Amino acid sequence: MPFDPKLTRRGFVNVLLGGGVAGWLASLLYPVVKYLIPPEDVAAEPDVLKIGAKGEFPAGSSKIVKFGKRPIIFIHTPSGEFLALAATCTHLDCIVQYRKDMGAIWCACHNGKYDLNGRNISGPPPKPLEQYQVKVIQDDIFVTRA
Amino acid sequence: MSSGFQGSRLFRWLDERFGAGRLIEWAGHKTVPVHRGTVFYYMGGVCLFLFIVQVLSGILLLMYYRVGPDSSFESVHYITTKVDFGWLIRSVHSWAANLLVFFIFIHMFSVYFMKSFRKPRELTWVSGFVLLCLAMAFGFSGYLLPWNELAFFATKVGTDIIGELPLLGEWMLKIVRGGEDVTGATLSRFFGLHVAILPGFTVVFLGIHLLFVQVQGMSHEGEAGSKAMPFFPNFLLRDLALWLVILNVLAILAVFFPWELGKKADALASAPEGIKPEWYFLFTYQTLKLIPGKVMAVPGELLGIVLFNLAGLLWFLVPFWDAGIPEGKRDRAINYLGLFVVMFIIAMTIWGKFS
Repeated sequence: MPFDPKLTRRGFVNVLLGGGVAGWLASLLYPVVKYLIPPEDVAAEPDVLKIGAKGEFPAGSSKIVKFGKRPIIFIHTPSGEFLALAATCTHLDCIVQYRKDMGAIWCACHNGKYDLNGRNISGPPPKPLEQYQVKVIQDDIFVTRA
Repeated sequence: MSSGFQGSRLFRWLDERFGAGRLIEWAGHKTVPVHRGTVFYYMGGVCLFLFIVQVLSGILLLMYYRVGPDSSFESVHYITTKVDFGWLIRSVHSWAANLLVFFIFIHMFSVYFMKSFRKPRELTWVSGFVLLCLAMAFGFSGYLLPWNELAFFATKVGTDIIGELPLLGEWMLKIVRGGEDVTGATLSRFFGLHVAILPGFTVVFLGIHLLFVQVQGMSHEGEAGSKAMPFFPNFLLRDLALWLVILNVLAILAVFFPWELGKKADALASAPEGIKPEWYFLFTYQTLKLIPGKVMAVPGELLGIVLFNLAGLLWFLVPFWDAGIPEGKRDRAINYLGLFVVMFIIAMTIWGKFS
């Protein structure tokens, strides 16, 4: 605070008191606010996830699984391709679904649409869905981070 | 009725100690204007009644409800299928919640169009607006508690919007959700909010709101020289009769249209087709749906939220900026704005419902 030559004794005491009250409030609120913020989740994020055996997923089927903390959607397209994408809509956090009839990934909450590469093609989603890599080792399907 | 009581020994005992006579005399001063819009003066009382129903039915639900991702859905299922009249209590709680929001809107718009928010009642309007926000928060937090599919996604969407706010958004999102995602931690927080924090605030603001109305009396603005009836006991008895009607309507709705529970929330299930928010959030939902993903590099959601908050702020402050409009234009400006808001809400709600 800049020096004010007109600062009276009463004003000075008021500043001290006011500052004291502010400091007291801050020391009271700080632990409460810190308490309300949950601790970081330190669970390890795996690099590879086994989805299952190839035979479990006929062409045109899909499955949502948890990869680390995040849900992903695994799709076996009618043309025989295996795809894996983040399953959380980039708009407002809903879980998307594979729509065989549309040949697209669709979010029911606000009618957002993505193509099978995860590109947002219509509706409100602002960003594409993150892509994951699918590997087939012998008869098992694995997903890894791209 | 009152004269018999006022002659009694109990009354004299009370009067000697607390001045009960003065209280009754004071209550007799308040009058209610009688005109073709008088019916709207009952709406605040209806809201109060429904709030009381919510407190009572909520306490009953608490006897069996167990919060947690493995018990919330199960306990509500237990209440509705196993407990005697559990289905009724739960249905009453859900229906009364919806009716309460509906009557709060009617109450608010009737106060608005009658311009009863004007000096000296600015703070009654302000406290009423706070109560509206509290009611919406009650609705939003209570909606999650059965931990069903619809509630899960509604909460995901509703809270994700908070994360869109610049700077503090992510941090606030974590506080509200109790983590990065909607999980059991979110359920616990919403439960605490719904049964402890919000009721506490509501009691305080409701007390203030009612106190203001009692101290200042009803607004007779523009009704000079017209008829009026005493609040106590004439209006109060009519109030009670209407409460009885509302209770019957509530019972009919709860019995013949019991509230559904739906499917249990599953963090790995896609959002179901046709998912929509409750009717009182439909107009915001529909508006947000119409705003594109990006408007000139600003995320559409953020733009929508900022606009809605600004509109809310303007509405909240109406008694203060209304006073600044020149006398001759004031009523017309308020009426046009109010009509626009009502039409917008109705149109967007219908559109949202059928889109």
